[in-house]
Amino acid sequence: MKHESIEINSALLIILTLVVISIGGLVEIVPLFHIKGTVEKVEGVHPYTPLEQMGRDIYVAEGCYLCHSQMIRPFRDEMLRYGHYSLAAESQYDHPFQWGSKRTGPDLARVGGKYSNEWMTQHLIHPQSLVPESIMPSYPWLMQPLNYGDIADRMKALRDVGVPYSETQAEYDANVKKFGKTLADQFHIPNAIKSVKEEAASQNWDGNPKEITKMDALVSYLQVLGTMVDFSKYNQGYFSKFR
Amino acid sequence: MSASTVAGMAEQYNYDIVKKFAIMAMVWALLGMSAGLYIASELAWPVLNFDIAEITFGRLRPVHTSLVIFGFGGSALFATSYYIVQRTCQTRLWGGKWLPEFTFWGWQLSIGIGVILYMMGYTQGREYAEFVWPIDLGILVTWVAYALVFTMTIRNRSQPHIYVALWFYMAFILATAILHIFNNLAVPVAWNSLDSYSLFSGVQDAMTQWWYGHNAVGFFLTAAFLGMMYYFVPKQAGRPIYSYRLSIVHFWALSFLYMWVGAHHLHWTALPDWVSTLAATFSILLLLPSWGGMINGIMTLSGAWDKLRTDPIMLFLITALAFYGMSTFEGPLMSLKSVNALSHYTDWTIGHVHSGALGWVAMITIGSFYHMVPRLWGTKLYSTKLVFTHFWVATIGIVLYIVAMWVSGIGQGLMLRAFDQYGNLAYTFVETVTFMHIPYVVRALGGALFLFGMLLMTYNLYMTVWGARREAIDVQDQSAVAVART
Repeated sequence: MKHESIEINSALLIILTLVVISIGGLVEIVPLFHIKGTVEKVEGVHPYTPLEQMGRDIYVAEGCYLCHSQMIRPFRDEMLRYGHYSLAAESQYDHPFQWGSKRTGPDLARVGGKYSNEWMTQHLIHPQSLVPESIMPSYPWLMQPLNYGDIADRMKALRDVGVPYSETQAEYDANVKKFGKTLADQFHIPNAIKSVKEEAASQNWDGNPKEITKMDALVSYLQVLGTMVDFSKYNQGYFSKFR
Repeated sequence: MSASTVAGMAEQYNYDIVKKFAIMAMVWALLGMSAGLYIASELAWPVLNFDIAEITFGRLRPVHTSLVIFGFGGSALFATSYYIVQRTCQTRLWGGKWLPEFTFWGWQLSIGIGVILYMMGYTQGREYAEFVWPIDLGILVTWVAYALVFTMTIRNRSQPHIYVALWFYMAFILATAILHIFNNLAVPVAWNSLDSYSLFSGVQDAMTQWWYGHNAVGFFLTAAFLGMMYYFVPKQAGRPIYSYRLSIVHFWALSFLYMWVGAHHLHWTALPDWVSTLAATFSILLLLPSWGGMINGIMTLSGAWDKLRTDPIMLFLITALAFYGMSTFEGPLMSLKSVNALSHYTDWTIGHVHSGALGWVAMITIGSFYHMVPRLWGTKLYSTKLVFTHFWVATIGIVLYIVAMWVSGIGQGLMLRAFDQYGNLAYTFVETVTFMHIPYVVRALGGALFLFGMLLMTYNLYMTVWGARREAIDVQDQSAVAVART
């Protein structure tokens, strides 16, 4: 076939272009849903609690991912600075993923538990008060009340995309088996509002116990990051077979 | 050109829609680059965040990227594609008056509303695809209308051949549709909520996003602007394209290879190694069609190199191709896993993007606009001298920008992986932040120069159009006088 036949036939040009541009994506994306080892077999990873999910939504809305990654690479310096390299399993409930592409600030994949709630709150309100050289903006408006009226809708939407929040008794029972009763209660959509209130009251997140604030949600999310997998349970090299 | 021939052209071609998109491209360029300058300054002087939620770096950065990519780049592509498809097919734009008009309003409103929503905190949190789901739907409908107008105009052509520039625009329209649809699959929180959750999660979501992200570069910011190149470079040079055969190879190889390389944004992450290796391999291969295209463009000038001394528009077009060559060399280099280990997460990436976006995309557009705008209004450019000034201001701005980012990026990368004699980390993270301050100041200066160049261009084009309108009024007056005398 001469190339000229494509140059004079717009339908042929369109069809051939579509074929040519489709191959790469098909070969690289589709298998990721089918090859088993893509997401590691590991214990402990569970969906976010309603309060943590609200915090995650704030993280997304403020564009934190534009300066902070959540993906530790398997290098010695990153291991020393941030901890064990990130697993695919650890972001399996992340809609959308927040691995990021730029570190204007440090990686946050394992920031959970590294600082106190008090430090986190103070740092978010005025970063330079704790790290004078920091170029991070201040986020004083995070002390405003959290609007969590639509938390059940949020959990339902997440359930639609595959996060195992429960609506029926059968789903709840399955969650009790998989994640234990405490978490299963929090993942139960009819409990959503109650569960936000309880979790907000369970700890002194932001130093203001009177109100449920955006800060409560965001700090609870930051404090859970990277804490779900207990790496002491796995042999060195266990995870490398999945790569 | 007299008023009657302008009127004649207006009947043959729909220039009205091209003019509208061209004007909006300039408006978005100024706004988007100002946003860019502002966030660059925030990184150098964080006090500029002013504790105002709407203008913090995290909310303004998508405003900058969306305005320059989709506002400026997108409107420039609409304008030039509508111009080129009519002229090379020698037929009027299909869809009557209203369908092209619909693509105009659909595009401008989607972008305008979308970026205001970013500032209010509504985003999908996917780089370069941050628009919330109702905006995504608006863009989709607009895009289908655009594809229809473009394709039907080609089908109505009075030339047997479809010119090579149109293949590139066609690939851009098709690929953008596919990428936009699959990367924005999401479930809204409620029908009346702007928030949504992506259909995929974690590693699959990351792969889909960077398949989108890199091909937004590959098809939106490269293939389509190559379409621009294949029309305006030969036109401005007054010579045929260097090698038609090379154009064919360039087109098919580029279209095929680009779609494989997105995963090089995910080297060393939790993405399986096989995908990342495949992406790195194809990134190296991509150097060949990229440089093939660059050579094809630059060599078109062969035998007329003297034009670079006298014609600043040619200077813009050829320098754009040189930057295209440079960034398509730098890209494969950065896609090597060992280089990427250093460059990823640093400003080196930001510098690379800008040598492509300012050096290639903006410069080829600037050159094309200086060629096209006087022809749209049937007049001559107001000042060639100002174009020379613009060229030098822009070039110095870009060089300052990318050199600053090399220093900042490579510097931070080296500091973060440095160890002291006992095997401990040599620097804390915040020490790298302090180190980056001076490069950030220089980068902001480079950006300011580039923006200043765009202001010169706006003035020059404004005076060109204003001059054309005055000419038309003069002609009208004279004929009115002539009528009065009879």
